[in-house]
Amino acid sequence: MKPSPVVSAPDWAALRADFPILDQTVHGHPLIYLDNGATTQKPRAVIDSLVRYYERDNANVHRGVHELSFRATSAYEAARTRAAEFIHAGSSEEIIFTRGTTEGLNLIAYACTAQIKPGDAILVTEMEHHSNLVPWQLLAKRTGAKLLFVPVTGDDGLLDLSGLDRLLAQNVKLFAFPHISNSLGTVNPVSELCAHARRHGVVSVVDAAQSIGHLPVDVQALGCDFLAFSGHKMAGPTGIGVLYGRHALLETMDPFQAGGEMIASVQYDYSTWNKVPHKFEAGTPEIAGAVGLHAAMDYLDSIGRPAIAAHDSQLARNAYERLASVPGIRLFGPAGERGGLVSFGLAGAHAHDVVTFADQEGIALRGGHHCTQPLWRKLGIAATTRASFYLYNTPAEVDRLVDVIRRTAKFFGG
Amino acid sequence: MDLTELYQSVILENNRRPRNYRKLPTANRIAAGNNPVCGDEITVYVQFEGDRITDISFQGAGCAISQASASVMTQRLKGRTLAEAEALFGRFKGIVTEGKPDEEDLDLSAFAGVHQFPARIKCATLGWHAAINALHGESVTASTE
Repeated sequence: MKPSPVVSAPDWAALRADFPILDQTVHGHPLIYLDNGATTQKPRAVIDSLVRYYERDNANVHRGVHELSFRATSAYEAARTRAAEFIHAGSSEEIIFTRGTTEGLNLIAYACTAQIKPGDAILVTEMEHHSNLVPWQLLAKRTGAKLLFVPVTGDDGLLDLSGLDRLLAQNVKLFAFPHISNSLGTVNPVSELCAHARRHGVVSVVDAAQSIGHLPVDVQALGCDFLAFSGHKMAGPTGIGVLYGRHALLETMDPFQAGGEMIASVQYDYSTWNKVPHKFEAGTPEIAGAVGLHAAMDYLDSIGRPAIAAHDSQLARNAYERLASVPGIRLFGPAGERGGLVSFGLAGAHAHDVVTFADQEGIALRGGHHCTQPLWRKLGIAATTRASFYLYNTPAEVDRLVDVIRRTAKFFGG
Repeated sequence: MDLTELYQSVILENNRRPRNYRKLPTANRIAAGNNPVCGDEITVYVQFEGDRITDISFQGAGCAISQASASVMTQRLKGRTLAEAEALFGRFKGIVTEGKPDEEDLDLSAFAGVHQFPARIKCATLGWHAAINALHGESVTASTE
């Protein structure tokens, strides 16, 4: 991995000024954006890269022989090379551009269909986002395979790994799990989980949607077979994401969508496929998005991902510890190490009322099931409020959050 | 705006202590409502005799707006005919979408502030949709999304 050029601590206040959207008031209060788990804001460098691309270089990729097409192709493939470097993939051929994490996970589930047989099993966890659960439900339905689950311990949001080897031994072909839980903030021990999977000859799939913008992610160190993430949760644009897949596995898989770009040769009655990764990229890709993602990766590395991880996690731990004293609060996820988010229920105040209350004070939170309905059903709560942090959030914003939640509890609790 | 405009005391009070919050063993019309986006769920039980609602209750989980609205609704629908219930729902929809309070109905008018929060209108009408479905004998789940 490229060593971080930063030696001293980042100037967080100065970095905040890189994000034009943060300079506004909402309902008469300075905007406090704490919905970064849903999508992060974009720095000027990313916004400018999109404008520059459309103003100077826009053309379709790979097929054209004119100058602009050459530039667009170079920019698109440079983004692929950069993405490989960003997650330390073995080669850029292991980088498939997608619309985002969801499409990446669906791609795997679809393209491996022929390799799953009745009686096989797919292992996931009880903390999956719907996007890392429903594609496997559909795969199981298509193939006659069954779904197995690694249990979640309870409100502390940890995976119960005591029975993992027993589960993996049940004819499991594929084990999918999140790096960081979007609902609980749990940071799962990815390399340990991948090592278990490998010992059982099971393919590992990491949902890195919530980790990619925060932690250093090194697919070779983690030892995963697949890893999917979204650009828009790491300061990049929407509509672009990456699926990393180990080259040998990608070679064995069927195409996902069919059309231009993914073919080598087309006859009226049959076709042959382009080489990996192009085999998995049908149609005109999100070229500008790839350019913007490139700019976002450069931006994050100019700060240093270990510093971002420490910053976000510190804000979340601080919020967790101080929210614990709010009357009627029920906090979820581990008390110690956690990703940059906090999720909680408040007695007498539904999550949507909390979010409406906070919104009137300029604070953007998220309330609901966060696309993990089965998890909340298990824990016995329908909806929670989530505050998720990023590099531009400040300790003063945590103060405001805690103050507003305290007043919300009072307002609804009476 | 001031949040007390949205969360009028009638709403806060009905959310804290919802009226007619129970299963109704004598119900002959039951319908569920849910909002898949936020996970709000409600079940409305109606005892419908002749053309009259002789008893009505609800159970569910959701935000203060949806719970209070269902609570107030059960109080206002008891003793009504189907036509009266539909007319009342029409009046209520007018209040929450246009924000014009109804002088004759202060309890329903407490929800006038909802119109300033378009995302919350579906919370206010969830229980009503389920009740009207129940009265029509439709066992389908009402969805406000």
